[in-house]
Amino acid sequence: MTHLFKRATLGVSLVMLAAGAALPVRAQLGTFNPRPGPQGTYAIRNARIVTGTGADIANGTVIISGGKIVGVGANAAIPAGAQTIDGTGLSVYPGMIDGGTTLGLNEIPQGANATVDVNETGSFNPNVQAFYGINPHSAHVGVTRVVGVTTVVSRPTGGIISGQATLLNLAGDTPPQMAIAPKLAMVIELPRSGFAGRGFGAFLAEQGGNTADATRARQRQVDSLKQMLRDADAYGKAFDAYAKDKALPRPEHDVVLASLVPALRGEMPVIFPADAAADIRSAVTFAEEMHLKPIIIGGRDAATVAPFLKQHNVPVILTGVMDLPSREDDPYDANYSVPAKLLQAGVKFAISQGANSADSRSLPYVAGMAAANGLPKDEALKSVTLYPAQIFGVADKLGTIEVGKMANIVVTTGDMLEARTDTKFLFIDGRPIPLGTKHTELNGMFKDRP
Amino acid sequence: MKISLLAACALAVPATIVAQQATPSRAMTARPAAAPTLIKNATVLTVTKGRFENTDILIQNGKIAQIGKNLTAPAGAQVIDATGKYVMPGIIDPHSHSMSDAVNEGSLSVTSMVRIADVLNPTAINIYRELAGGVTTINVLHGSANTIGGQNATVKLKYGRPVQEMLFAGAPPGIKFALGENVTQKNRSNVVIPGQPSPPRRYPTSRMGQEEVLRDAFTRARDYRTGWEEYRAKVAKGEKALVAPRRDLELEPLVEVMEGKRLVHAHSYRSDEMLMLLNLAKEFGFKVATLQHGLDGYKIASEIAQAGTGLSSFADDWSYKIEAYDAIPYNVAILLRHGVVATINSDSDERARRLNIDAAKLVRYGGLTDDEALKTITYNGALQLGVADKVGSLEVGKDADLAIWSGDPLSVYSSAETTFIEGEIYFDKKRDLDMREKMAKERAALEQAERGPRPTRATQIPNEDDK
Repeated sequence: MTHLFKRATLGVSLVMLAAGAALPVRAQLGTFNPRPGPQGTYAIRNARIVTGTGADIANGTVIISGGKIVGVGANAAIPAGAQTIDGTGLSVYPGMIDGGTTLGLNEIPQGANATVDVNETGSFNPNVQAFYGINPHSAHVGVTRVVGVTTVVSRPTGGIISGQATLLNLAGDTPPQMAIAPKLAMVIELPRSGFAGRGFGAFLAEQGGNTADATRARQRQVDSLKQMLRDADAYGKAFDAYAKDKALPRPEHDVVLASLVPALRGEMPVIFPADAAADIRSAVTFAEEMHLKPIIIGGRDAATVAPFLKQHNVPVILTGVMDLPSREDDPYDANYSVPAKLLQAGVKFAISQGANSADSRSLPYVAGMAAANGLPKDEALKSVTLYPAQIFGVADKLGTIEVGKMANIVVTTGDMLEARTDTKFLFIDGRPIPLGTKHTELNGMFKDRP
Repeated sequence: MKISLLAACALAVPATIVAQQATPSRAMTARPAAAPTLIKNATVLTVTKGRFENTDILIQNGKIAQIGKNLTAPAGAQVIDATGKYVMPGIIDPHSHSMSDAVNEGSLSVTSMVRIADVLNPTAINIYRELAGGVTTINVLHGSANTIGGQNATVKLKYGRPVQEMLFAGAPPGIKFALGENVTQKNRSNVVIPGQPSPPRRYPTSRMGQEEVLRDAFTRARDYRTGWEEYRAKVAKGEKALVAPRRDLELEPLVEVMEGKRLVHAHSYRSDEMLMLLNLAKEFGFKVATLQHGLDGYKIASEIAQAGTGLSSFADDWSYKIEAYDAIPYNVAILLRHGVVATINSDSDERARRLNIDAAKLVRYGGLTDDEALKTITYNGALQLGVADKVGSLEVGKDADLAIWSGDPLSVYSSAETTFIEGEIYFDKKRDLDMREKMAKERAALEQAERGPRPTRATQIPNEDDK
């Protein structure tokens, strides 16, 4: 493999990084993710470049420096001293983004509760931040990034206001080194309505099967949520007024209400988990009433309310593309075909793997399945790169290979969404990432055991 | 006379074996064979004999009659132009719970007497969804609640047919065992809800107890067998006034296991528990057919190979519980390289629909060739279930269980378009879309219909199928 490199010394070090084989054996519970290399100047030459913008380059160069993409093109000049990778026969892609994970919060969901920090007790936790629960040494980090998922949204779940989601690169020794946006979005689980949402059925059971009581209990929860949002709005205004006029009574700080102010001012989007058509509609209606900027996550029935979503300009993170159809008489491809239908209807969407964070590495195949069911291939790629970046307002940094963006770059043996494709080189935040994982480690330990 | 007949039958032909073999029922034999089909000009993935471009497959009497170039369609044959498309054997899922109305009889540690074949629902919609993923044969197993779960059923997904026709004729019977966390119930939530009864703790609650449960069961089964052998010896000697041992439906299947007539499919995760079972089986004189899941199998690949045991695993599922934390996607490849017959399974009605993608992952992770990867969802499964003489590859004389794919089935962009079992089409994408359109029209018409009066012959929506 050394022939790939211009300079022998770099060749050796990058080969070590790529193979992971020369790294010391230390497969311990959740500690194995090899450390990133330095933010140097790197050039990937003679490669097919899938920029993700629609303008691919059959044979070109990508130049990375200081963490950013500084050159892309068929004839981009390679700066002196750059460490070069020969990309002959390889493809260069922007890193994928999964907008719907609990990665870093949820190591072993069954039988190891101590490794699960996905939800907090109580119903209203707007000041709880996923960022503070992230385990940077989760074994999920390594295995997810090596397929090309470089960035994830990790979010809290449960309750009514679950807390704040965070946007992370899957590289770094600490949460601050990983975080692109520590406080990315608020998560509000609006109590579900209607029987199609299934949630109501469970809710009804809790209420002893009394529909009227269940409806009232739901209404009380929604009222409490609205009250808290109105209090937060008043709180923000009181502080604004006091800032302008110190003669006014000094308002007392309240960390809970303070955390909601950015969401009420449209500075922070609100993620609403909703799958049933009625729940999607009520989340959007609720968001508009409370002046929140909604993002729907889940979106199982999004295609059936597509005109509504388009009219209200609300994006969807689809987490259930691989789920079984929820109704017996649904077509067999009911969920596989949701992305294609949303594209056709002009609704902004992104695809998420959606399940247990250990499986986030399957994200490319979910997009592939959408492509096998009507979504054009280039759109499938965008639905896991550019579109999630746009939905979360970070398309200036992520989602494509363009000059000025963060250098999250995947160099593959072929189409990144194909399961047979392998990753040869990986850069996150402009740092070369060794391709070793807990899994390559165990493979190395046992594959030749006699 | 009467007694000796009973003696001869009691163990040689147990009721459960009859159940799986009695499938050529009246309904089936009465059915005329499907019309011949000629699939033309496809890329044919035989899985065992290589791949052939621009090749035809002739299906007659439910079997693969010919594979070759420029075959001639017999009179009355339907001809399918598969130019640009791929044909592969029907996918075999060695671990499924589809169409089973009950999964666990987990109240006792040993429930070898219960049978999946008694609770199969032939109308389960997930059968159709799996057909749409190119799947034709599944191994329906009990769950993993107890050490010996019950008797499994190998099933062909003949959606719309009576369940008796779906049971795979001639497939050897089997039994599900289970080891590890699910049996010990250590991964259950320990939350106690006041006022609610807490679930009973059932022996065993440790891996120590699991070994003991198996040892105890097979010790009893061995004594039971000895009782019958002694009885038969006396009958053979012409002794009179004998009383046959009481039949024991719990122990009979275990005797069949020891006699090599019933395949053991053992849910297991950790290598130590797998090895325990392999050694215990050796002691009692039988082979374990497959380790199911076997996520840590790669740690003892040589021992599994030496035992002649197969292993059926997930492609890349891991970390969902403690005993799955060392699971790696290289597992199946390592096992294959050590000579183990290894497969990928779904254990899920959802994942069963995309086993082709799971197989493709092994190319990435284990460096398998495309054919080796395809074998893990076809031929190897047929070997594990003892039906490789009938299904699992495209070979002349085998059952015509196959699917036409839109492209290379190992590509995420491909999907099954037409799925055949024994030469009959059970899924066809175009037919499905046409049906949808028809149903939408019917629904719209019904919604427009005048409310109130019962529909009469005159007001009924015409059904084209009636013609």
